[in-house]
Amino acid sequence: MSTNPLEKIFVKGNEAVAMGAIEAGCRCYFGYPITPQSDIPEYLSRELPLLGGEFIQAESEIGAINMLLGASATGVRAMTSSSGPGISLKQEGISYMAGSELPGVIVDVMRAGPGLGGIDASQADYWQATRGGGHGGYRIIVLAPSSVQEMYDLTMLAFDLSDIWRIPAMVLADSVIGQMKESVTPNPRPETVLPAKEWVVRGREDGEPQNVVKSLYLGDGEMEKFHWKMLARYQELAEKECRWEEVQTSDAELIVTAFGSTARIAKTAVAMAREAGIKVGLMRPITLFPFPKKTYAALSARCKHFLAIELSTGQMIDDVRLSVARDADVDFYGRPPGAGSLPTPEELFEQIKKNYRARA
Amino acid sequence: MRHDVFFAGYGGQGVLLAGNLLSYAAIHEGKNVSFFPAYGVEKRGGSAMCTIVFADGDTGSPVVGNPSVSVLLNQLSFDKYAAKVKSGGICIVNSSLVDTSHIDLPGIEVILIPMNQIALDRGDVRMVNMVACGAYIEKSGALQRSSLEAALKKALPERNHKLIPANIQAMVAGAEASRG
Repeated sequence: MSTNPLEKIFVKGNEAVAMGAIEAGCRCYFGYPITPQSDIPEYLSRELPLLGGEFIQAESEIGAINMLLGASATGVRAMTSSSGPGISLKQEGISYMAGSELPGVIVDVMRAGPGLGGIDASQADYWQATRGGGHGGYRIIVLAPSSVQEMYDLTMLAFDLSDIWRIPAMVLADSVIGQMKESVTPNPRPETVLPAKEWVVRGREDGEPQNVVKSLYLGDGEMEKFHWKMLARYQELAEKECRWEEVQTSDAELIVTAFGSTARIAKTAVAMAREAGIKVGLMRPITLFPFPKKTYAALSARCKHFLAIELSTGQMIDDVRLSVARDADVDFYGRPPGAGSLPTPEELFEQIKKNYRARA
Repeated sequence: MRHDVFFAGYGGQGVLLAGNLLSYAAIHEGKNVSFFPAYGVEKRGGSAMCTIVFADGDTGSPVVGNPSVSVLLNQLSFDKYAAKVKSGGICIVNSSLVDTSHIDLPGIEVILIPMNQIALDRGDVRMVNMVACGAYIEKSGALQRSSLEAALKKALPERNHKLIPANIQAMVAGAEASRG
């Protein structure tokens, strides 16, 4: 699809992910269909071949993630996407990619779980995404878009961050953002300075230095060294790459915190509360890993009352509690999937009033 | 200025196309738009609904609990959603299919339009969504009809562009009917 970069387009969140990936230079996609993300493979199956790229509907999600590992080892930009059940199947491959320090982008458009769950909007893959998900102790970069524009922009960012840090990156979206359509500015790929692709498999008979892609570390002290190195990298990542959005926090006596689609609904609820004279603000983490801990710490030095809102029974709240000052309280309002409806701004406004009064 | 409208009916009435059309029209007028659809797994006959928010600035929540305007095309959606319209808001109802007598809606302007009949009179009941769009822009004043005409070219596949004049006529008829 040819578009004038200055002209707004009207697309689904899932399509915006696919478009952002193409703009970022992604030319290989491997995936297996599952609601609510199938628009991503549908779009790429049509567009990638026209660009000389490769689209493969894999035999399974496990096949797809291992194709991503293989493609990444050749140095091309590649992506896979799925929803909860498929993302669970990909965990082994993600762990191997993390162990091999390979970049690559994984998109999770969350649906209800556990198990096969349902197709309702859910944010209950937070723990899985931010704790690594697979075995062995690792973290991946996790970006949480809350608009169709961010589906586009953060997918591009995921590719750059993943290359720079040699850590797999996940775009953690949900069915609301995936399925809704919005006006989007198809921004050009940012001019980021990228590292040389030292992770690429190489080494031939002619004496080219060898690079083997592996996650097996049997040498004496080799594995331990890897873990300390990665810890230092995660710490540096947290110093440099945290992203978040604050709304009216400077004088807030209650700070609502939420990510993704929930933050979007909460933002309108905060505006309603402000109109009613309630001093409330919003803190929306955009990077879920690294989590913007320092921002929470700074906010909680002044404001002692937080309200975490999630489409689950509470997962991100763990990170909020670990980040705020010890004398700050974090309350919770959860809407696990299955209610058949999303929380409305009016509903969250009621929760804000209730929590605001309770601590006033 | 921020506008929100909720459309609901059963699958096949063109609820989602109507939402897409209004979205394209709002973009045509330089607005930011969010279009949030919800529908059943059925190809036809299930429930279909969508919320459209458009604004010069931030559209905010794509979900709206109490819409400023609701356009309800069948009995089920009227029974379920009419009372959610914001106080002082507008509820536009397809009176060809909906009996409104059993629900009292104080503080809401209820506009009854025999949309199926109007669409049929113009040749095809499938234009019921165009009649509804015409009524919406007339009552809300939120969008220009010329923007909807431009939007039809974007929202409809090219093979259906020959139907645009008839659809515009259906919109005009919907607008006229909403003036009473």
